Amino acid sequence: MKDVKVLGSGCKRCEQTAAMITAEAARLGVEIRLEKVTDYAAIAAYGIASTPGIVVDGRVVHAGGLPKPDAIAGWLG
Amino acid sequence: MPPALPWLAGSAAGLLAWGLAYSQLVPVSDGLAGLLPLQPGSPLAEAARFFLYDAPKVLLLLTLVVFGMGVVRSFFSAERTRALLAGRREGVGNVLAALLGVVTPFCSCSAVPMFIGFVSAGVPLGVTFSFLIAAPMVNEIALGLLFALVGWQVALLYLAVGLGIAIVAGWVIGRLHLEHWLEAWVRDLRSGTATLPPAALTVADRVRAGLEAMRDIVGRVWPWMLAGIAVGAFIHGFVPTDALAFMMGADSWWSVPAAVAIGIPMYSNAAGIVPVAEALLGKGAALGTVLAFMMAVIALSLPEMIILRKVMTLRLIAVFVGVVGTGIVAVGYLFNALPL
Repeated sequence: MKDVKVLGSGCKRCEQTAAMITAEAARLGVEIRLEKVTDYAAIAAYGIASTPGIVVDGRVVHAGGLPKPDAIAGWLG
Repeated sequence: MPPALPWLAGSAAGLLAWGLAYSQLVPVSDGLAGLLPLQPGSPLAEAARFFLYDAPKVLLLLTLVVFGMGVVRSFFSAERTRALLAGRREGVGNVLAALLGVVTPFCSCSAVPMFIGFVSAGVPLGVTFSFLIAAPMVNEIALGLLFALVGWQVALLYLAVGLGIAIVAGWVIGRLHLEHWLEAWVRDLRSGTATLPPAALTVADRVRAGLEAMRDIVGRVWPWMLAGIAVGAFIHGFVPTDALAFMMGADSWWSVPAAVAIGIPMYSNAAGIVPVAEALLGKGAALGTVLAFMMAVIALSLPEMIILRKVMTLRLIAVFVGVVGTGIVAVGYLFNALPL
């Protein structure tokens, strides 16, 4: 079970990012628990400066813009 | 890893097609205008010609400029810019922040996380403001369209003046030491900075980033663009030159502050405002007044202030608007006084 957080305050790209991760996890058959972090202070606490951000098992792996699909596979694998 | 060659070849082919389309603009729009059952020289015919010529031209330019900047921005990130600015002295920091504001990916939807991310990681407040002022104001759309519709001299002026205002206004705000006017939770936040794994982008990724920016931004701003060209066409066809020269001419001392006061609450994307500026200049409006109006519309807006209210007090927002607005007014007067 991977713990995945999408950091972003409800912007369109944040929604897209969450959807991409869900789809990629389903494709790979990886079980994930996806959480959307929308509170500004909580987002800042992860130390990023652009959204959407992605945190996998407590580690920040991405910030700013949509992630690449093959990169998502790498984080979940 | 996909090889770079097909992407580079594809980009070259795209550029070639773009050049061909651009070279056919005048005959095509003249042909279209000729089909309209309008009396040549009448105000409506003039307005229609303006619209038919500008709409495809602006759309083509927008596409190219946004693609190019999408590729350039793939070399920058907010996190890397922050690392370059953290702990930087004021002065040098303000200059660097304004320059990076032009090339760092920025969207108003992530202005708040970016602001907090900068301030909480030790970027001085005034330096952060220089970034926050330059990023929306000095953008590729404004510069590209000014270059093509009005001329390279005005585009260059806009670049220099926009950077100048961002640098000076940020520096002034920094000197005022207004950190205590941030919202308390922002002030108390001391976050670390995340170390991201290197992105390792390939040429294909960068071309894709350009295409993605093109789809996203052109898809978002085309209604602004059409609305702006329609307003420009109306001005071009129907607004009498005398009236405009009186209202926006260099001889009316009040025209600059009035243009800025009207422009501040308004919001338009640069794609919407440049065609308006083009029409105003064509009708004899003074350059300083038009530049000031344009900058006020793009750099300051009510929606932006509402977003910033989440992280700063009304007093700080008022100082921000006051300092930037004063800078824009000064620039307006300066260019109206110059014998250009």
